Amino acid sequence: MVRLILRRLGLGLITVALVTGIIFVAIEMLPGDACVAYLERDAVGQRLENCREQLGLNRPAIQRYGLWVGAAIRGDLGVSASGGKDIATLVGDRFRNTLLLALCAIVAGVPLSLFLGVVTALNRDKSADLVVSSIAILAMTIPEFVTATVLIFVFSIWLEWVPGIVMTSAGAPVAAFFPEIVLPTAALTLVMAAHILRTVRSSVIEVMASDYVQMATLKGVPYWQIIFRHVLPNALLPAINVVALTIAWLLGGVVVIEKVFNYPGLGRLMIDAISDRDIPVVQAIALILATVYVAVNLGADVLTLLLNPRLRTLQMRGTR
Amino acid sequence: MTSAATIPEQSGGRLTKLYGVLKDIMSRPSGAIGLMLVMVHVVVAVASPWIVPFDFKRVDVDLMLMPPDGGHWFGTDQLGRDVLTRTLMGGREAMFVTAIATPIAVCWGGFLGILLGLAGGRIDDGLMRVVDAFLSLPWILVMLLVIVIFGSSMPVLIAALGFFYGVPVIRVARAAAHTVVARDFVVAARARGHGRLAIIRVEILPNVLDALMVEGAMRWSWMLLAFSSLSFLGFGVSPPTPDWGLMIADARSLMSVGPWAVLAPIVALSSLIVGINLTADALAKALGIDRAQKAPV
Amino acid sequence: MEPALIRFDDLSVGFTSRDGRLLPVLRHISLAIAPGETVGLVGESGSGKSTLALAAMGYLKRGLKVISGTVTFAEQHMFSLGGSELERIRGGKLALIPQNSGQSLTPTLRIGAQLTEALRLHSKLDPAQFPARTLDLLRQVRLPDPEAIIARFPHELSGGQQQRVAIAMALAGEPKALLLDEPTTGLDVTTQAHILDLLSDIAQKSGMAMVYVSHDLGAIARVCQRVVVMYAGEIVLEGTPAQIFKNPTHPYARGLLASIPRVSNARLPVALEGRPPAPGEAGQGCAFADRCPIVQPVCRLERPELRAIASGEWLRCHVPELAQGIVMEPMTAPAPVAEASSDTAIFTLSELAISYHQANWFRQLLGQADKSTPTVKDISLTLARGETLGLVGESGSGKSTILKALAGLTPRQSGTIAFDATEDLAANVDHRQPDQRRRIQLVFQNPDESLNPRQTVAEILAQPLRLYFGLSGQALRARMVELLIQVRLGAHYLDRLPSQMSGGEKQRVAIARAFAAEPDVVLCDEVTSALDVSVQAAVLTLLDRLRRERNTAYIFVSHDLAVVRALADRVAVLYQGRLCEIGRASDVYANPAHPYTQVLLSAILEPELAARPKLMAADVQELSPPAKGCACQRRCPLKVGMICETETPPWQTVTPGHSFACHKPNNSMG
Repeated sequence: MVRLILRRLGLGLITVALVTGIIFVAIEMLPGDACVAYLERDAVGQRLENCREQLGLNRPAIQRYGLWVGAAIRGDLGVSASGGKDIATLVGDRFRNTLLLALCAIVAGVPLSLFLGVVTALNRDKSADLVVSSIAILAMTIPEFVTATVLIFVFSIWLEWVPGIVMTSAGAPVAAFFPEIVLPTAALTLVMAAHILRTVRSSVIEVMASDYVQMATLKGVPYWQIIFRHVLPNALLPAINVVALTIAWLLGGVVVIEKVFNYPGLGRLMIDAISDRDIPVVQAIALILATVYVAVNLGADVLTLLLNPRLRTLQMRGTR
Repeated sequence: MTSAATIPEQSGGRLTKLYGVLKDIMSRPSGAIGLMLVMVHVVVAVASPWIVPFDFKRVDVDLMLMPPDGGHWFGTDQLGRDVLTRTLMGGREAMFVTAIATPIAVCWGGFLGILLGLAGGRIDDGLMRVVDAFLSLPWILVMLLVIVIFGSSMPVLIAALGFFYGVPVIRVARAAAHTVVARDFVVAARARGHGRLAIIRVEILPNVLDALMVEGAMRWSWMLLAFSSLSFLGFGVSPPTPDWGLMIADARSLMSVGPWAVLAPIVALSSLIVGINLTADALAKALGIDRAQKAPV
Repeated sequence: MEPALIRFDDLSVGFTSRDGRLLPVLRHISLAIAPGETVGLVGESGSGKSTLALAAMGYLKRGLKVISGTVTFAEQHMFSLGGSELERIRGGKLALIPQNSGQSLTPTLRIGAQLTEALRLHSKLDPAQFPARTLDLLRQVRLPDPEAIIARFPHELSGGQQQRVAIAMALAGEPKALLLDEPTTGLDVTTQAHILDLLSDIAQKSGMAMVYVSHDLGAIARVCQRVVVMYAGEIVLEGTPAQIFKNPTHPYARGLLASIPRVSNARLPVALEGRPPAPGEAGQGCAFADRCPIVQPVCRLERPELRAIASGEWLRCHVPELAQGIVMEPMTAPAPVAEASSDTAIFTLSELAISYHQANWFRQLLGQADKSTPTVKDISLTLARGETLGLVGESGSGKSTILKALAGLTPRQSGTIAFDATEDLAANVDHRQPDQRRRIQLVFQNPDESLNPRQTVAEILAQPLRLYFGLSGQALRARMVELLIQVRLGAHYLDRLPSQMSGGEKQRVAIARAFAAEPDVVLCDEVTSALDVSVQAAVLTLLDRLRRERNTAYIFVSHDLAVVRALADRVAVLYQGRLCEIGRASDVYANPAHPYTQVLLSAILEPELAARPKLMAADVQELSPPAKGCACQRRCPLKVGMICETETPPWQTVTPGHSFACHKPNNSMG
């Protein structure tokens, strides 16, 4: 058991290591280096030399990779090309803000989507299911910026309930983001909840059609006991991984939503950094986002392993 | 009850099957709606230069943000351009780019995935780590980086979308190939002594193709989403070319004054993406891939 | 006469097809089951027997609905009861023992929790007594070590143990009636004998009524007092086992009975040609008319009524008097036995060993040999040209693994396979000569798996013809049609996809594909076990005809000793990957020498009235063979002593060509 979790952890670390490799190689392959990219037409003579000196670009690639990874492990993400600011400090508040937004969406979205997923599955093909499932398809497929725009139009411009844009600065305390965070959260929740709902729904439907649920019915187990004792534990186990994947995938979607609502998070910083061609910052953000992705999936795998008796005992036998 | 009791009597080969799948899609309300939406969009995208009422570039400051009327059915935008014209033409670039990039992604991702599924062992394990690593990078970051460095010309977009959206296809194709490879008809072909390539072509590919077709439809919708998001963020199509993402971004700030200018592209973009997804769902059901859909008897 | 406990009154059940037609799967069923009575429902797949049993509980699978009629249990109309009333009856006074208990037990709940749940719902006991009662129930179904079982999850039990748990769960509510839905299907023959013994014991002692659903006439004969034969959603015959097994009056029942291979008889069973009509396919006439050997014009026009006849049976047939003319005795003469000598041998296996354990790559690097206990070991045997060798054993005996090794699909640990007396056969099929590959062909268990669902029959048959003979165009087509005709299918099958054929038709195509290569040996892996018994008989007849026409040798792997008996010249018995006994089929079946062969043969159920299997060994399931000594040391009823655990048993000869591996001399049953 422990061995298995360690093995999974090892695989996660390998993935992160590969990510650093991919990021590094990709950036090496770009024409010019970080300084050329940032300085553009000014990338000549002394300015270029200074910049390269500052970012340590004069060393050989292998050495730079080693230094970058070594520093990243210690929490040092280097300095930005624009103005030589410490990236860790630059990213710190933004990362917190993005986590705050994601957390709000998870708290609102996961219970809601689990509940709706089960309800729609149990009322399969009835009107409640059709309505909720149709909304889910819409929410899932329509681009985030469209959802966000519609939300702003309805709740901010038309009804004037909540602000449609975030004015709070990046370093402000958490409490300052309310109520501005409501609409970004709602936009994020809609997309995320739709994915989870669809998975839970089909998982519950599949379990409801299983032989053991039929057996429980024919054993005279009352309906709600069947749902809670026999169906949900089996239907929600596979959903854990999907929830994790959805959360991890949100990190891509959050970029657009942060931009739409002017939310001072990691995603907006990323877009700005890319516009500025600030390669060191982009590199650092890519590493952070990839690590979060791997960590969330790892957590889900371990949780599934702990909760599923089948996997648990099979693995125990295997390690003996 | 087993399926043995429900054997269709008619005989017929592959054409019949293709027709059957199409009929199956059309017989489901969601599939019929989805397919119709996609067809309408394709027709409009191809024919729009000849059917639009105005020139999409024509700026007229006198007509800024005019509400819908008899002349401009969908009103005008902040530069006085006809919204209907721009909406009808706004999907051309997105659909052209993604329509080329999707087959590229499905082909290379599918091919590599099948090879990995067949190879198994250490090569498979190792390369899947790399695929995982790629997938852990947010797509938008990768796409933005490419565009900033190489520009947002059509070949760049096609190449970038075609490459990055092929990575997840590897996974799907690999999983599908994995299940097929273990089946007895592949074992039988091996025992007969057919060559490896012949086995892939004759035995495996036709069975993986179903999964790839559904995956392709899904990829198409994801790519459209990515493309319009990029335009929306200002990294995609450059003005004055009409594009839904760009139109929404431009008209958004004036949403309180002229909601029609933002509504039209929203409806157009959403209906296309929803249409593709409905079609993909119905296709999956028609091909029997959807696990939640089981026959009653 | 007591009032009926369960009564079906003109019950019709059906589903709506996608084109909107209402297709019946049960048609006008009227049947009454008295308290304490055991009734068997027999039929092939699709006959509606399981649907009927579940309907007794007021339960229909999703999509099915009652078209007409009623079901009553203890005077209550099951389909008009409310939810809570149904819940009280189900699992209480009326309990189900399902097919495939492995999938019917909730995977996330421990055995103890699932049994306690049944007690909590249906028992009047004080909750404090539940733990004791749980253990009691497990003991009642003869599960050893019940204290350990309650803490287990379902997947940690063997198939037989899961089935016993399901029985214990059904008994928890002290039911008045038990419904058994194919309770022994999928279990090994010795396990099945034990479960049936337990069930008939329960039936006798408790006075419960039982509805026993099965396709297995042998099991029905063992347990039931009354037998109901179903065909295409109808009852066609109802009577006592004596009437139905001795001299059935319905042509379908006669055909069904004749199509079952018997251990006691070396002849081929008589095939029942055709297939039952799909729901909605049966016309206005008799549903069996298309397959009936005595069909009359009236049978196609008018649907016969179920009526009582003089003998007390109920019968649905227009012309029962003609049915007596259907000969039930197999006509085929016993197969001639080919003598295996070195000059005619096509396969010679010596000391073959196969291991499932993947050698550790680190060890491979160091060049260390794989020392794990092999899954299959010490297999030495020969196969003569044109001979059929039956390879029998229970699940996990390694019989399919040996076939895979012969086909070059699984690596062997040691030993050699000589082909055609001279050529040494490469372990991997890729390294074999093309002509060697052509001469060795495979037929698999499940045609759904072995036929590519995306290829038409023409494409499937073209594969070997193009590869081995380079045929194309008109010559290819002509050869394909020829092959189809040889397996009793016509040219019109060329354009069909596997999904457009029945199981038997698909297996015929698979056989045609193997014979397209004009092979010397065909390896048959459980080729009939996915088929209904009447279809099985037809496939066996086909295989027998083909080998006679072409002098092809078969290695015929099966868990079913009766099927092997029908086809094999010689038979080899396997246990845990080791050979126990080998000899001419007539010798081995008549005079089994190895204790395990005796256990196997005694556990078989024949569809005969007097059939009573003997239970010679406990039905434990072994996970791996013992490291040394005799393979069946843990299950042997005639164990000699320590020597069985330490020494590999020696081979002893009974008669020339018939030998067995055992420490105990001369232990034949006489």
